[in-house]
Amino acid sequence: MSKNPEKLINEKGLRLDGRKPDELRPVKIEVGVLSNADGSAYIEQGKSKILAAVYGPKEVHPRHLALPDRAVLRCRYHMAPFSVEQRKSPAPSRREMELSKVIREALEPAVFLEYYPRTSIDIFIEVLQADGGTRCAGITVASLALADAGVPMRDLVAACAAGKIDGKIVLDLTDTEDKNGEADLPVAMMPTAELITLLQMDGMLTTEEFEEALNLAVQGCKQIYEAQKEALKAKYIEIKEAVQE
Amino acid sequence: MPTFFEKRELVAPGDLLAEGDYIAGENTYKENNKIYATRIGLVEYENRKVSVVALKAFYIPRVGDIVIGKIVEVGVSGWSVDINSPYLALLKASDVMERTFNPRRDDLTSIYDVGDMIIAKITAYDRTHNPLLTVNEPGLGKITRGQIVRVTPAKIPRIIGRKGSMINMLKRETGCRITLGQNGLILISGRSLESERLAVMAIRKIEEESHTSGLTDRVAEMIRKEKERVKNE
Repeated sequence: MSKNPEKLINEKGLRLDGRKPDELRPVKIEVGVLSNADGSAYIEQGKSKILAAVYGPKEVHPRHLALPDRAVLRCRYHMAPFSVEQRKSPAPSRREMELSKVIREALEPAVFLEYYPRTSIDIFIEVLQADGGTRCAGITVASLALADAGVPMRDLVAACAAGKIDGKIVLDLTDTEDKNGEADLPVAMMPTAELITLLQMDGMLTTEEFEEALNLAVQGCKQIYEAQKEALKAKYIEIKEAVQE
Repeated sequence: MPTFFEKRELVAPGDLLAEGDYIAGENTYKENNKIYATRIGLVEYENRKVSVVALKAFYIPRVGDIVIGKIVEVGVSGWSVDINSPYLALLKASDVMERTFNPRRDDLTSIYDVGDMIIAKITAYDRTHNPLLTVNEPGLGKITRGQIVRVTPAKIPRIIGRKGSMINMLKRETGCRITLGQNGLILISGRSLESERLAVMAIRKIEEESHTSGLTDRVAEMIRKEKERVKNE
């Protein structure tokens, strides 16, 4: 793997992996991959590979965490020890705990939690291989796993990051681009209502650059959203076509 | 007032189903005069009502439903029953006893023990209290024979079919007694293991292809073919 390349964008305006600045990495999504979970989904976005599982709604354990007027949404984002180049300790790190929280907060507005008081809905996001953009891809799969579990939702949540590398605003950063670039801006949204549920930034952007990056990320989210819907329906369409041949 | 999908078309959460003077039915919600889906399923437009027939859902108790449950705990004055729902159900000892229940004399485990399966009816439920069960009606009580199949509760109506067309066909063709729990558990008991196997197979097929048309005929044909095959062996 190339470490710290001098240039992230070549003379032709293409990035290290040959993408144009406003191009997503190839996305492959599969829904319902685990039989023991109530709902599940798997995503490959470039070299990032993430699995999500959902359990619930079910009785809350421990009991005292239950809320009388709505369900509690609990989320665990976890990176497998083998997901990065240097083995990562399997114990939850500071970063993972924070990501668990922001992912939960990005998904909460989409779920009708008030329908199922005194219950919990548990989400497990397992990063199998990390190459940047795992929090966004994590949100994308987790919302599909929720839909697969039959949890009623206002909309799916799609997420995508934009950022700045070599002075240019680009979409969907890889790990190398993130580490050597100037800024990173992950965005999660419910595209139907155009509501943003997560917005973070590290690095520096001017106001104009920020606006450009945000718009680009929103466009990216919408592309991801289409892929999500297609993946969610794919299983059923397949059966329908098989029956009608 | 446009609608955006064909009848019985597949929709996902967040899909815009209709705009204007419509009523939001099951598995949909209304916002700014627009109706959206909340679950993956098939959209239905009936007059002014827009609803989605879910393809995957969990069981939310309703008073009057027949359910199949498993005893998970024997308490002092009753049992806790897992009815495949977010909420544990309660069955009171006084409901089963002929006379008044005396916790010092009566041993609840001799009636139902942990792991026993029961058919019960929901007598009371609201979202602030766990559902209450009764077994004090004909056809209810402990399950002693047969096998249990689990499907997603959203598909129970499909297994019943229009005016019971599917379930009646299943009973006729397989000769099994089939009890549907609204919570997605189905009890099948037949004269032979072979007939039970046939019923299980048919239910699995219905579950998988519930969103396609002409299903009753296809299932009937499958059962007939399977019977034929077994006979020739």
